[in-house]
Amino acid sequence: MTEPMATPPRKLKIATVSLAGCFGCHMSFLDIDERLLPLLDLVEFDRSPLTDIKHCGPCDIGLIEGGVCNAENVHVLREFRAQCRVLVALGACAVNGGLPAQRNHLAVGDVLQQVYLTGHGLAAGSQIPNDPELPLPLNQVHPVHEVVRIDHFLPGCPPSGDAIWAFLNDLIASREPRLGHGLLHYD
Amino acid sequence: MTTPSPPASPPTFLLDGQPVPFTPGQTVMQAAYAAGRYIAHLCWHPDFSAHGSCKLCTVQANGRLATGCTLAAAEGMEVHTQTPELQDKRRTLLQLLFVEGNHFCPSCEKSGNCQLQATAYEAGMLTPHFDHFFPARPVDASHPEVLLDFNRCILCELCVRASRDVDGKHVFALSGRGTQSHLIVNSPTGRLADTDFAASDRAADICPVGVILKKRVGFAVPIGQRRYDAQPASAVDVASPARDNA
Repeated sequence: MTEPMATPPRKLKIATVSLAGCFGCHMSFLDIDERLLPLLDLVEFDRSPLTDIKHCGPCDIGLIEGGVCNAENVHVLREFRAQCRVLVALGACAVNGGLPAQRNHLAVGDVLQQVYLTGHGLAAGSQIPNDPELPLPLNQVHPVHEVVRIDHFLPGCPPSGDAIWAFLNDLIASREPRLGHGLLHYD
Repeated sequence: MTTPSPPASPPTFLLDGQPVPFTPGQTVMQAAYAAGRYIAHLCWHPDFSAHGSCKLCTVQANGRLATGCTLAAAEGMEVHTQTPELQDKRRTLLQLLFVEGNHFCPSCEKSGNCQLQATAYEAGMLTPHFDHFFPARPVDASHPEVLLDFNRCILCELCVRASRDVDGKHVFALSGRGTQSHLIVNSPTGRLADTDFAASDRAADICPVGVILKKRVGFAVPIGQRRYDAQPASAVDVASPARDNA
């Protein structure tokens, strides 16, 4: 009998993105603190605000922070869905639109006018930005599951570092993620 | 009637396999509550008559589904509350309530003190799942002491019942049909300021969610000390005084 060669397990690939997010969920992710180091033994990061990769390649896990508020968000979210085996809605905004969805009872044109045309402290001649380089806002903010299929939801504004840690450990070990009392919250 | 006999032990039914005593006329919910047993609920309150709208207290009794708040307890009845089917249905009911309103917990001053939120935590609800309605009902901030955010209303009518049955002021009512049903204020203008509502009314403290809010006391309780921070919904007596206006 020969000992099987111990092959190091392939590192899982994780991509992360913030759509209509505040980057707070990413900050909360970093709140796992020194546990980032053992995590980096198990995973490597693809496209993420923490890397310099411009487009999402084939990944095992995609973490989506933020809801969908403009056209670019839709494109990026679809790219993540196409590339990621498992897609996770991370935080209240991705789960239900979050506080940005409080604009949903306002007409988006009125909001833009208020901010860029009639608001206080604007220079004379200020206009609503109209360069095609800029993505158009959608008429309402949407949770990510209203645009693509989502495999897992981790609520919280933001989810705590401990919740993200427990959740990722379950995912990496191919367990159904479970959040007990104290780790599950919406606020 | 038979000859008088020494008081017999009260009749009992089985709640998830454990006997619960009841007095004839009590509902399953009333008997369970009196015995310190929890059945998930939102529109039921021990001080008021049953309403039967939230359906969260749906139990399986003798093989069929019924709301525990309206089902009369019966000797030997076998009541189940924790079957996987019931847990699934309860989570779905909660998801429906969440998408029907604007439940943006991160900025709601009821967060941590909210029965809807705590019940959803305990049901393990990770996502509202369905498409959101995003209702756009204006806030009523006309009253000097109390604010109304109608977009969080779950139509439990506890405020309606409290204002009608406790002080007879009839301040609140439901109006509209189907998905258009909504809470209204009974005044010619529809404004709370034009009623005789007072912050000391029972109805001001009865809302299980964040619709009826006292002004200038929001976010007074530190995170960690709110009503449902330490204990899940099943461990908190709904009739205990609220601590969110400390």
